[in-house]
Amino acid sequence: MKIAIIDYETGNLKSVSKALELASNNVLKRSNIEVINSAKALNNFDKVVLPGQGSFKQCFQSLNSIHGILDELTDFVMFKKKPILGICVGMQLFATFGDEDGGSDGLGWIGGEVKKINLKDLSLKLPHMGWNNIQISSNSKLLNGINNDSHFYFVHSYSFDVDEKKYISATTNYSIEIVSAIEKENIFGTQFHPEKSQANGIKILENFIKI
Amino acid sequence: MLKKRIIPCLDVKDGRVVKGINFVDLIDAGDPVEQASIYNQNGADEICFLDITASSDKRDILLDTVKKTAECCFVPLTVGGGVRSIQDIRNLLLAGADKVSINTAAIKNPELIKESANKFGSQCIVVAIDAKKTNVNTWEIFTHGGREPTQLNALEFAKLAQENGAGEILLTSMDKDGTKEGYDIELTKKISSSLNIPVIASGGVGNLEHLKDGIIKGGSSAVLAASIFHFGEYSIQEAKEYLKKENVAVRL
Repeated sequence: MKIAIIDYETGNLKSVSKALELASNNVLKRSNIEVINSAKALNNFDKVVLPGQGSFKQCFQSLNSIHGILDELTDFVMFKKKPILGICVGMQLFATFGDEDGGSDGLGWIGGEVKKINLKDLSLKLPHMGWNNIQISSNSKLLNGINNDSHFYFVHSYSFDVDEKKYISATTNYSIEIVSAIEKENIFGTQFHPEKSQANGIKILENFIKI
Repeated sequence: MLKKRIIPCLDVKDGRVVKGINFVDLIDAGDPVEQASIYNQNGADEICFLDITASSDKRDILLDTVKKTAECCFVPLTVGGGVRSIQDIRNLLLAGADKVSINTAAIKNPELIKESANKFGSQCIVVAIDAKKTNVNTWEIFTHGGREPTQLNALEFAKLAQENGAGEILLTSMDKDGTKEGYDIELTKKISSSLNIPVIASGGVGNLEHLKDGIIKGGSSAVLAASIFHFGEYSIQEAKEYLKKENVAVRL
């Protein structure tokens, strides 16, 4: 199996690739994990991971600056229906729109808007940074075998308000309810960082490899 | 519920973990890669790797050691020491860091915080402040691994760092560092209660109660410690079990 990690000059790519390698070894699949920064290569892959750190707008612009990538990704995900995993801002980019930094369109694959977390408890800090639990809300392929209330590592100040609740596979409480994982057919996303969430995170990457 | 973080810190000099008192008199505390691997296994919530003489030696950070350390970390790894430019940050992220801590360069040029937060996101920019008490309720920032005074007020600068997009503050008390007397609670509280971003308390931990005080009395979101973990006085697991018993929310 060939898995591409898209490098658009943001994010902790190395962490993502070594966690995927570990997960791949664990499930005894010989996966070929490559970091790519051009659209042409995408066709040769079976799965894609879209990492992301930084502001929604900056991430969307950086991604878009890879010539032809939006068309190729749309073809890969929406027409060929191959699996994609978005991590953190990578997941947020699936939204219709992101408010951050004056606002920007997203990929629009899952309806909804990415908004600043509106804390009810003002003694809490932003970014929402550290280990928090997830409440699993639906039958999810990605979260298969993960116990309810498991800990994952989060770091973000914006969250994805998903229009259709059926696409939400997990939520997390931080004085308000935050969407922490989404799933729509072949489209998977986590607000938390599986590559930084030790055994639980590796398990999720194993699930993605097995899908 | 979001948990308080326990962060073991590897102060690295010439590729070895060292521990000093008030930032000098360094003694050897092992191999960073081995230590990081143990902490990763042992339930550390994050790991911090600081190349403590990179700035004062005017050289770049040990990318190769960072790479090897990152190989065995599946928790967030913060790396700092000698970070001066956007390119330095990108290199560290590519070497496997998840967050980058900027100290001397951020204090000399706060615009660097803004540029790097715009480029890589606030979540990966940690501004490290080394502060020394100079008067009642006043702390001054020192740079170059605590060697140079700046006449900058720590609280004012921390606010500026937040405004410029820092994702968190790593706050070290130079008066307490290595003394094992506990964190500078006054300093921690002062800064933490004045900011919206998380503050990591650092400098002075000698026992588990100090960790609790940093969180409960100091109001920090995370506590950093070096020697109590390096020399095996306490394991991270023990620290967490103690904190849980004291009603601090931790990940066990």
